[in-house]
Amino acid sequence: MLEATQPATITETTTALRELTYVQAVREALRLAMQADERVFLLGEDVGVYGGAFGVSDGLLAEFGPERVRDTPISEAGITGTAIGAAMTGMRPVVEIQFMDFITLSMEQLVLQGAKMRFMFGGKVRVPMVLRTPAGSGTGAAAQHSESLEAWFVHVPGLKVVMPSTPYDVKGLLLAAIEDDNPVIFIEHKLLYRTKGPVPEGYYTIPLSQSEVKRSGTDLTVVATSVMVSRALEAAELLAAEGIEIEVIDPRTLKPYDAAPITRSVIKTGKALVVHEAPMTGGFGGEVVAQLVAGEAFDYLDAPVRRLAGLDVPIPYNRDLERLAVPHTEDIVREARALVRGAY
Amino acid sequence: MLYTALEKMYLIRAFEEQAEALYALGKIHGTMHLSIGQEASAVGACLALRPDDYILSTHRGHAHCIAKGADPKLMMAEFLGKAVGYCRGRGGSMHIADVEGGNLGANGIVAGGLPLSTGVGLSLQMQRSVRVCLAFFGDGAANEGAFHEALNLAAIWNLPVVYVCENNQYAMSMPVAKAFPIAQISQRASAYNMPGVTIDGNDLVAVYEATRAAVERAASGLGPSLIEALTYRWRGHSKSDRQLYRSRDEVKEWQQRDPILRLRASLVQAELFSETALDQVKEQTYRGIEAALRFAEAAEGPDPASIMDDVYA
Repeated sequence: MLEATQPATITETTTALRELTYVQAVREALRLAMQADERVFLLGEDVGVYGGAFGVSDGLLAEFGPERVRDTPISEAGITGTAIGAAMTGMRPVVEIQFMDFITLSMEQLVLQGAKMRFMFGGKVRVPMVLRTPAGSGTGAAAQHSESLEAWFVHVPGLKVVMPSTPYDVKGLLLAAIEDDNPVIFIEHKLLYRTKGPVPEGYYTIPLSQSEVKRSGTDLTVVATSVMVSRALEAAELLAAEGIEIEVIDPRTLKPYDAAPITRSVIKTGKALVVHEAPMTGGFGGEVVAQLVAGEAFDYLDAPVRRLAGLDVPIPYNRDLERLAVPHTEDIVREARALVRGAY
Repeated sequence: MLYTALEKMYLIRAFEEQAEALYALGKIHGTMHLSIGQEASAVGACLALRPDDYILSTHRGHAHCIAKGADPKLMMAEFLGKAVGYCRGRGGSMHIADVEGGNLGANGIVAGGLPLSTGVGLSLQMQRSVRVCLAFFGDGAANEGAFHEALNLAAIWNLPVVYVCENNQYAMSMPVAKAFPIAQISQRASAYNMPGVTIDGNDLVAVYEATRAAVERAASGLGPSLIEALTYRWRGHSKSDRQLYRSRDEVKEWQQRDPILRLRASLVQAELFSETALDQVKEQTYRGIEAALRFAEAAEGPDPASIMDDVYA
């Protein structure tokens, strides 16, 4: 049985901050996890020599070798099931599904096997695995390479769903996801890969299921996920110039979801706008709104709770149409302004 | 060893006859899939394993579970949905797992266990273990995409997995002759460059010998094998099956090849045991299942307050 060689490195905190891109932060988390625990290994299509379709695992093959950075044939169901079987018997696999759209090919293994094993067997097994996958539009890849399918997985008991929006968060949350003893769907966004931000050196984790206030404000609570967090923060800057102060909250983990900070915020602001890229109907935003209005924040609301989300349309190829299909900064500015001014 | 094998086969037959009787009495919530007539493939294959080897089972999994060494009392308790059952009443007939005993579970999805078994094989290989994983599946599973992906991955990585196809002639109502363009499912092994054999799945010794060879191969790092065990389920697919797709004569013909009677006959013929001694084995196992039933019926159901337990670790 392989063993972890932590926890010496785990408790070590390093304060040195560097600017890293999101993709570098993901890679650093993978490297640290593999250094800390021999049971952690990567598998997926083109993760080895190629370095991953988006370059996430670049250099890891040279450092850890082909057994732990394992290139696979194009067999999404097979590799997902392989990860689950390995996780059930003592390993801690990290699978990469090259585009979130391709997760459709893994669904049976993920939803009917990985998510349910522990419960169906009365708690007798653990399935400690992470399935990383890039989601989202904005790259001109059209309808079969641009999906945002997080809501599907939020609906499956037994799975955890994480959707980080910054380099700092993606590193700490990925390390936490790898330490977690459950199957975690870890959703990265293609447009975030090249964004930069401060990232501490060394091993640190950000606990799953902790929503975070990304910017404080008093006039409106904006709940945003993934790439919509940076758009909401841009909108906040523009609105501040008009004297409107919005509070931006990123749930970061969608399942299990930490609703308390959002409730607290709305009690303060009295207004809420929920923003995500995935299509509006059946999207995660509905859950955010439902939990908000069903709880103690209801009595403090002084405006309808609104959602801003993707259109109910497959992502189109044409650049202008693709842009129209999902919310952008100006849409958030418009909606936020309308809510704050009572002009909805 | 053959004596133990006969004992296990009787235990399986007795368990399933009891299960069927309970169902007829309306005591069972849900359905079940019986493998009466297929006992030799389960027992012969598991006889070739060590206690700490793994198996993955199927929806027709009672036989695999008993063959791998499970306690019929805890199986019966699970079948009746009791808290003391193998899965604390969460799994039932279709998901009985005996994780400590190396059975990683019956599976409600046809071919669902095959990618998992490849993962178990990878896990064992990466841990430099000499243990192996044996995956049971049916003829129907061999036409799922997961079968091909799982066998291909195991073959390219040389994993210690033994794939045992229990070809019981029908995927629910679909006969193998209509579902496959090939005469033998084991021919598919050649596509993955692994050994493939078709054997008489109702011949316990034949199943044991083929599995033994495949297990030795896997354990010595030579990679996976595919075994097709030809057998027949005497009962319908599940309790709703009116069996419109096959004739009574066909069922009767296969019942002449009862794997239990065949093993008995060979034991008597070889003058290893007397008929009386073997009758006693049968009687003991049936009594054991009656005791298991009493145990299970007396056991308590799960605490309603525990319903959310174990969704997450």
